Amino acid sequence: MIRSLIYSLTFHSVMILLTILSLPFMLREPVDLPPIVSVELIQISDQTNIPYAPKARKIIKETKKKEKERLVSEQAPPSAKAKEKPDRIPLPNEKKEKKQIVKKKQNPEEVKPEIRQSSEFEKKEIIDTNQIAALIDKAKEEEATKQKKIDKITQSSQKNSFATGLTLSEEDALRAQIFGCWSVPLGLPYNEDLLVRIKLNLKKDGTITKSEILDHQRMNRPGQKFYKVLAESALRAVRLCQPLKVPPTGYDKWKEIQLNFNPTEMLRG
Amino acid sequence: MKKLLLIILLNCFLFNISYALIEVDITRGNLDPLPIAVSPLHVDIKSENYNDIKVKELGENISEIIENNFKATGLFNPLKKEAFVQKPDITHLKPRFEDWRLIKAQALVSGKLLIKDGKLKVEFRLWDLAAAKEMTALAFTTTPSNWRRVAHIISDKIYERLTGEEGYFDTRIIYVAESGPKSQRVKKLAIMDQDGAKTKYLTLGNELVLTPRFNPTNQMVTYMSYFRNMPRVYLLDIETGTQEVVGNFPGMTFAPRFSPDGKKIVMSFAKDGNSDIFTMNLETRVVERITNHSSIDTSPSFSPDGKFIAFNSDRSGLQQIYVMRSDGSGVKRITFGNGIYGTPVWSPRGDLIAFTKMRKGKFYIGVMRTDGTGERLLTENFYQEAPSWSPNGRVIVFYRETKAGLKGEGFTAKLWSIDITGYNERQLKTETDASDPSWSSLLSK
Repeated sequence: MIRSLIYSLTFHSVMILLTILSLPFMLREPVDLPPIVSVELIQISDQTNIPYAPKARKIIKETKKKEKERLVSEQAPPSAKAKEKPDRIPLPNEKKEKKQIVKKKQNPEEVKPEIRQSSEFEKKEIIDTNQIAALIDKAKEEEATKQKKIDKITQSSQKNSFATGLTLSEEDALRAQIFGCWSVPLGLPYNEDLLVRIKLNLKKDGTITKSEILDHQRMNRPGQKFYKVLAESALRAVRLCQPLKVPPTGYDKWKEIQLNFNPTEMLRG
Repeated sequence: MKKLLLIILLNCFLFNISYALIEVDITRGNLDPLPIAVSPLHVDIKSENYNDIKVKELGENISEIIENNFKATGLFNPLKKEAFVQKPDITHLKPRFEDWRLIKAQALVSGKLLIKDGKLKVEFRLWDLAAAKEMTALAFTTTPSNWRRVAHIISDKIYERLTGEEGYFDTRIIYVAESGPKSQRVKKLAIMDQDGAKTKYLTLGNELVLTPRFNPTNQMVTYMSYFRNMPRVYLLDIETGTQEVVGNFPGMTFAPRFSPDGKKIVMSFAKDGNSDIFTMNLETRVVERITNHSSIDTSPSFSPDGKFIAFNSDRSGLQQIYVMRSDGSGVKRITFGNGIYGTPVWSPRGDLIAFTKMRKGKFYIGVMRTDGTGERLLTENFYQEAPSWSPNGRVIVFYRETKAGLKGEGFTAKLWSIDITGYNERQLKTETDASDPSWSSLLSK
């Protein structure tokens, strides 16, 4: 009795220990993104920078102009203002900015270029204070909306790459390759479910070691003859395409891959 | 107990880090014809000659028919024989898949034949070259004179295996063969294989013949003929050549068609000066009125389940297509487009209705869903009409006339076929001018 109790206790404590120890460890793993993801993020931020630049330049020019005018008219010592910058005396407008910056810092790796850019801005803006506050506000609003957009993009792409483990370009390359190999049978009914899911086990060079139709039992159902033909055509496509165009890295992620063949869209034209 | 614990513990530690399965959606492919290699059938050396059939050439001839059938579908691309890498006999035993893949073939047909004791035995195999395995294999025994049909049946089986739908090669087309100048046309009833071979004339051409239609259940044909200027509906058994008159009908009689069970014919004729739709039971010869309307109702066609009839009517002004239950109730107009619609024909699959449309002096052959939506015009020309479906509902055959000069010169009428996708329009070879085609169901069903 006691012995079994001890067994049970040790077993349970081991299990609890394991869950405590292993769960965070397991959680951390997927967060540890491979370098591929960061490459994608940079691409996106580059793209959003392009439309951003001219506007920024405009605002900068305007602020510079006004600054000069003010310098002439008010004769305020610019050096004193410039000194304020490193000390970062929190002006009412700046407080907002700081908050934003803090937000951005939650994700420092991703949005670095953006932060740098906006801070460059702020430098110019800080020089000038109250009179161009309205302008700054406007700029900030724009910036904020831009930032939101960027966040959205990065999030979705992150989700995407996280889910597939392939970057968009890698996925596209693979897709384009299979498009070329797949002869779609033309006798397919338009109003049936035409999804064929094929699971592949791949070697590092992209050759297939195992291919499996996931809805295998559907092939032999009555009235589903077309499905067999469709599934076979998909399998033929994969085999003809060998070796598949797979990324050079991250083999563990794509050694098993599922291809969802669905010609519905194409048949409807 | 300890072992069990150990195993459980080990399992816990060996728990691997697993990633979510990568999924890639493939929503497009190419619609290029599938490259297929049809190897000539190997002729067994024990084969004997039979009547005028040269057995040595038979293997080549059969493979050629199969190739032509495939080419005509537009879905397959039969590869040139010069590129073939293996002899027919070895190919049929076990093809070297890598070699055939080299010439970019995706499927391979091989076979062998033997004529002995007045019997033809043909065997064929279809190989999936990418998967390196056999897809289907069949053997037939028949009289040697049936060798063309064997080729068509093999084509059907391969087509079915590769596209998922029934083939239509082992079929025949009946049509009106026309000859002579336009004002004095001689019209005979003719029948041929769907590839244009084996044309046979069924009437002499003394009387005008019109609108031959196949019975969907057997090789019976109904057609109209004018006998002393009186329209008559005939039944003709193609196998035996026997003919019988179904009845004399008054006034203009149009387009008799069979019901899907083959027991009734539906047609329109003018009773009391107005065209309506009637059915006639072929066993009891009882005529039943289906429509009773002051407008002109013509061109009835049954749905494949026999529950509905599509027909033409001008009850709303211009001629349009209507659908009703087969007892005449629930009449519903289905076409609302500009122009005149005519000759509705229900697809054997039941999903579409083919029709002729006339608009601004042009004729179109088109298809639409049975409720009139999704109208697609497949082809446009100076004059074309009388669509008829292939038994699998994939191809439509119709006839097209060219514009004649003042004296009728330059006038031709030819049969054409088109895929329901609107692709692969091609002229069918006929010995003479031809009109009013009707496609039979599969002969080997």
